[in-house]
Amino acid sequence: MKVLVPVKRVIDYNVKVRVKADGSGVDLANVKMSMNPFDEIAVEEAIRLKEAGKAEEVVAVSIGVKQAQETLRTALAMGADRAILVVAADDVHQDIEPLAVAKILAKVVEEEQPGLVLAGKQAIDNDMNATGQMLSALLGWSQATFASKVNIDGDKAVVTREVDGGLQTIKVNMPTIVTVDLRLNEPRYASLPNIMKAKKKPLDEKTAADYGVDASPRLEVVKTTEPEARQAGEIVPDVDTLVAKLKEKGIV
Amino acid sequence: MHFALTEEQKMIVETTRSFVENELYPHEDEIERTGHLPMEMVRELQAKAMEAGLYAANMPEEVGGAGLDTLSWLLYEKELGRANYALHWTCVARPSNILLAGTDEQKEKYLVPCMKGETWDCLAMTEPGAGSDLRGMTATARQDGDDFILNGTKHFISHADIAGFAIVFMATGEEDTPRGKKKLITAFFVDKGTPGFTVRDGYRNVSHRGYTNSVLEFDECRLPKSAVLGEVHKGFQVANEWLGATRLQVAATCLGRADRALNHAVEYAAERRQFGQQIGKFQGVSFKLADMATELKAANLLTWEAGWKFEQDTVTEADMSMAKLKATEVLAMIADEAIQIHGGMGLMDELPLERIWRDARVERIWEGTSEIQRHIISRELLRPLGG
Ligand SMILES: Cc1cc2nc3c(=O)[nH]c(=O)nc-3n(C[C@H](O)[C@H](O)[C@H](O)COP(=O)(O)OP(=O)(O)OC[C@H]3O[C@@H](n4cnc5c(N)ncnc54)[C@H](O)[C@@H]3O)c2cc1C
Ligand SMILES: Cc1cc2nc3c(=O)[nH]c(=O)nc-3n(C[C@H](O)[C@H](O)[C@H](O)COP(=O)(O)OP(=O)(O)OC[C@H]3O[C@@H](n4cnc5c(N)ncnc54)[C@H](O)[C@@H]3O)c2cc1C
Repeated sequence: MKVLVPVKRVIDYNVKVRVKADGSGVDLANVKMSMNPFDEIAVEEAIRLKEAGKAEEVVAVSIGVKQAQETLRTALAMGADRAILVVAADDVHQDIEPLAVAKILAKVVEEEQPGLVLAGKQAIDNDMNATGQMLSALLGWSQATFASKVNIDGDKAVVTREVDGGLQTIKVNMPTIVTVDLRLNEPRYASLPNIMKAKKKPLDEKTAADYGVDASPRLEVVKTTEPEARQAGEIVPDVDTLVAKLKEKGIV
Repeated sequence: MHFALTEEQKMIVETTRSFVENELYPHEDEIERTGHLPMEMVRELQAKAMEAGLYAANMPEEVGGAGLDTLSWLLYEKELGRANYALHWTCVARPSNILLAGTDEQKEKYLVPCMKGETWDCLAMTEPGAGSDLRGMTATARQDGDDFILNGTKHFISHADIAGFAIVFMATGEEDTPRGKKKLITAFFVDKGTPGFTVRDGYRNVSHRGYTNSVLEFDECRLPKSAVLGEVHKGFQVANEWLGATRLQVAATCLGRADRALNHAVEYAAERRQFGQQIGKFQGVSFKLADMATELKAANLLTWEAGWKFEQDTVTEADMSMAKLKATEVLAMIADEAIQIHGGMGLMDELPLERIWRDARVERIWEGTSEIQRHIISRELLRPLGG
């Protein structure tokens, strides 16, 4: 079985995000970018499937600007076998929307014929949580989202999902699309020898036009603002006052 | 000329830094307090470092290392250098390059167990009477049939307590040169437990808690000829050929700690308020930061340039001495100023600054004192003029 893992280049989760002066988005010039953390978990899971003998090949694919190549190299250094870069924008500030990504992925799936697509449940930059679901609709494949446990059993996948209020285990037909949640695994470090070897692994470069997909934005960002600064707290003399204050504010 | 890191180099930095921050930093306080690395912890961290391919990554691929180019190796050293020295040197060991100079049997016996983390190497040159002037050594090895018999004392020998063997440099004769008599030196592998070889605890020192040094004593210690590393009388040639880049290694580890100290200072200057404003708004503080950052960048560039030239095989002794001199002195300055910017808090062991300041001290002494580096640099300037 071949596993396809889409990976997105996003602003590093450690970076203190700054909103651009014109409010059109977040400033990404000269900012550290990394692989979307959920995608790292997906790559890790794919490599584990390969190590367990349940997958033969792990193919990472990234859709975005040319610099997403770095993200793919990270996936290769972690253990993916090869990579496909689909350049769909020149400007690092242009986000490729989930529907465009899903359409391109559908074409890649057609070409690659994977038995499983393992994706992150969402990207930490815009928190859309839509690509995996849209891809499922476009392909007419089953989907299992928010996975905290994945077990491939012949032509079925048994997936434990993190849902509101607990865990749900479902069985879906393969081929399928699984989107992964935080607790699925702990991604490995890209080991130094593997980093050196990653340079020699194949990385194909394509464009959105190659797949006949128009990746231009459909959504209009009206405004981007910083979260409101937290208000200073208040120190109260005793528990009674605390309870009274909470009641006053209608919290208890 | 360009200064950008390659994708691989960026990843190497990322993996090494994550490892250092997540796996090594949490153990630092304990080691600073106890001066001791529990073997259980060492084994656990060694295993993790091996999994991440960080252990002995300085070595070529053929022997199980990462096969890094010089610059990538120095970037890796810089990241490791951020942490407590004993921790990274023991748990993410970089076996000495000189082990590659051995015969196949010697590599099997000494290099392989070092690569597997089963033991560590140590290198013994310095004597109580011979530090900067190594050729002045008085410990000897005299030939007896096919054997050698070692006598004398080495001191300041780093982590000889945990090492399974020592690579020891001994005087094995003299030759006449136009500038007078010159001692001939031979390098030997000496196993722990060899009769006549004793390792004693050394001195407690101000820098690098947990990283011990020992006194090595040789009393009629008999070794077979197979213990010779390289050729008889050619000990310094082996050392020069294989230990050339250790000055760059010292420089790189210093750059990591200097960067860590500077980051603390910048954050504190932005956060700490006195007289109604951030202390970073006072020029007395902000200009310090500017000088620290500028000096650190200069030290980085000197080190990367020397590393790049090392890879091209065009490096000179002065290039490496300049990098070592600058990086070690800049670390001392930055550690001191970072404490100053923190005021009283900088001295407290809540922060890593007081120990970075202590640890900085040895760097200007070992691997050639700052004066010896200046001697090497000036010699290269003056020699063409007959100086
Ligand atoms: C913690 C620690 C660990 C060490 N680990 C090891 C180890 O593992 N193996 C090993 O072999 N050695 C080791 N050393 C020894 C180290 O390399 C020496 O300390 C160093 O080479 C200096 O020698 P010295 O201490 O004898 O000082 P000296 O050589 O006696 O120097 C004293 C002073 O004289 C100055 N000086 C000497 N010659 C000149 C000159 N020609 N021109 C101008 N100034 C000069 C020096 O710069 C210095 O300021 C270690 C040292 C320390 C402190
Ligand atoms: C071991 C020890 C014992 C002590 N004992 C006592 C004691 O017994 N009793 C007591 O009351 N205190 C004591 N102190 C506190 C000591 O007096 C303070 O640490 C000192 O006054 C500096 O204050 P600070 O540490 O808060 O640093 P800060 O005042 O926060 O200074 C931080 C940095 O900002 C700089 N800075 C601040 N203001 C300016 C400015 N206007 N312009 C330029 N730069 C500025 C400082 O020079 C420093 O580099 C002790 C401190 C130590 C370390």
